Amino acid sequence: MLDKMIIGRYVPANSLLHRMDPRAKLLLVFLFVCVVFLANNFVSYGLLAVFTILLISVSKIPLRYLYNGLKPIFFLIVFTFLLHILFTKEGELLFEYGWFAIYKGGLIQGLFISIRFTLLILVTSLLTLTTTPISITDGMEELLGPLKKWKMPVHELALMMSIALRFIPTLMEETEKIMKAQTARGVDFSSGPIKERVKSIVPLLVPLFVSSFKRAEELATAMESRGYRGGEGRTKYRQLNWKTSDSLLMVSLGLLTVMLVLLRS
Amino acid sequence: MRITLDDVEYRYQVNTPFEHLALHDVNISMEQGTYTAIIGHTGSGKSTLLQHLNALLKPTKGRVFIGDRTIEAGRKEKALRPIRQKVGIVFQFPEHQLFDETVEKDICFGPMNFGVSENDAKQLARKAIAQVGLSEEILVKSPFDLSGGQMRRVAIAGVLAMEPEVLVLDEPTAGLDPRGRKEIMDMFYELHKREGISTILVTHSMEDAAKYADDIIIMHQGTVFKKGTPQEIFSDPEQLLELGLDVPDTVRFQLKLQKELGVRFDHPCLNIGDLAIEIDKAMKRGNR
Repeated sequence: MLDKMIIGRYVPANSLLHRMDPRAKLLLVFLFVCVVFLANNFVSYGLLAVFTILLISVSKIPLRYLYNGLKPIFFLIVFTFLLHILFTKEGELLFEYGWFAIYKGGLIQGLFISIRFTLLILVTSLLTLTTTPISITDGMEELLGPLKKWKMPVHELALMMSIALRFIPTLMEETEKIMKAQTARGVDFSSGPIKERVKSIVPLLVPLFVSSFKRAEELATAMESRGYRGGEGRTKYRQLNWKTSDSLLMVSLGLLTVMLVLLRS
Repeated sequence: MRITLDDVEYRYQVNTPFEHLALHDVNISMEQGTYTAIIGHTGSGKSTLLQHLNALLKPTKGRVFIGDRTIEAGRKEKALRPIRQKVGIVFQFPEHQLFDETVEKDICFGPMNFGVSENDAKQLARKAIAQVGLSEEILVKSPFDLSGGQMRRVAIAGVLAMEPEVLVLDEPTAGLDPRGRKEIMDMFYELHKREGISTILVTHSMEDAAKYADDIIIMHQGTVFKKGTPQEIFSDPEQLLELGLDVPDTVRFQLKLQKELGVRFDHPCLNIGDLAIEIDKAMKRGNR
C-alpha cells in the first residue's frame, strides 16, 4: 500500500520537464494553483485539462503510475463530489427521491470541484516526480531570496523543507518495517473491528516517534560536526540556469491565463 | 514444522517504474527441527526470502508451504495469524519494535495477540526473559531506559514468548559487541537443541553458519546459488571467494596451506580442533 504513494517521490528520467529549471517549475505550479480558480465553465476546465495532459506527456512519467498514485485520494474526490451533490440546491431539479434530491447546480459544482482537485494534485505531483527534492529547495531558496532583506530566514526554511522532503521515503520505509515486525508479532493492521485497528496504531506510532527523534538528533550532530553554520557565505555546488525552454513555459502559462480570463462566463 | 518454497518469484512494486525482481526460481525446503543458514550479499534477496516464511510477503509466482498451509501466488489469504504464531521472526535491529510502557507488557504483547491470557502471558514473559539471560527485575522497567544490548535481548524475548515452532533470525547480532554476539548465538543454538525449534538464520557471518547450521543456502542475485551441508558448501572455497563471499578462517587457512605448500586435505575443517587433527594427519602422511 505504502509503495503506491507518489506524493513527494522522484522518478528519475531525462525528459524536457526533468531538465527544466526548478524555479520555472515552482513558479509554474504556484501560478497554476492560482489560475485554476479562474476557470468556471466546461470550456475553461477543458483547457486546463489539456494543459495538464500536455505537461504529463512531456514528463515521460508512465500514466499507469500516476493513476495508481491518485488512487489513495480518489476517496477524497468522491467525498467532496457527494457533498456538493447533497448540499448545493441550485438550478434545475434533476432527480428526487424522498429527502434525496439532485440539482443541476450541485452536479455541475461537484464536477468542477472534482476536476479542479484532480488537476491540482496531478500538477503538484508532477513537480515532485520530475524534480529532485534538493533542486526543489534550491529553487525555493532562490525564489524567496529577495525576502532576506526583510530578515526572513530563507535559507533555514529551505533547509527545513529539504530535510522534511528527504525523510519522507525514509519514514515510509521505517513504517513498513515496523508494521512488518508487529504483524509478525500478531498485530492485524488491515482487517478486524475498527476498535482493534485503532489500538494497533500504538505499537506502530511509538517506535516511529522514538526513531524519528533519535534520527533528528543524529542529523543535528552530524551537521554540526561538519561545520554547518547556516546559509551565511555559503557557496553553491549546483548552479541554476534559466533556459529558453523555461521562458517558453512561462509564456505558455501566461497565454493560458489570458485565455481563461477571456473564457470566463 | 516443515517449510517449502516451490518455484517462488517475488517482484517489488509491480506496475511502477520502481518494479524490480527480488527473487526468482527459489526452490528450497527446511525440515522440522533443523538449523538452516541463509547467506548472501546485501541485495541478494535474503530478507525478501525470509518474509515469505511467515506470509508477510506473498510470492508473485509459485507456492510456499508452511506446515499444512499453502500460500499461493495471486490468491487471497485469510487468517494468517496462526502462521505468524508458529513462525516467529526476529527482524534486524528488533529493538526498534519496542513500544510498551514496561518490558513485561512488551513481551506479553505477542502472546496476547495470539489469544494467550494475561496471566499465562506473564508466565511466558518470565520464562523468555530468563532465556535471553536477563534478570526478572528488568520486567518492570521501561524498555527505553535499557542499554542497546538489553533492548535487543528484550525484543528477542518478545518473539520467544510467542513459543514459535520455527524461529527465523535476520542477523540477530548485528551491531552487538563480540561477547554479546556469542552469547546470543549460543542461546539460540541451545534453544534449538533443547526444544527442537527449527531455526533459520540469515547472516553475513560464515563462521556462524559453519558453526551452527546443519544446512547452508547461498543466495546470489535473487536466487539459490548453492545449498548443502557446511561440508559440501565449503569443499569448494574458491567458488565462494569468487562470488565475493567469505569462508571461515579455518577453511581459508587450509586453502592457503594447499596453495603454498601443497598440503592436501580430505575435507574442509570448520573448527580449529578439527583443523589441527587434519594438519597432523597430513604431516604424518608426509605428502608435502
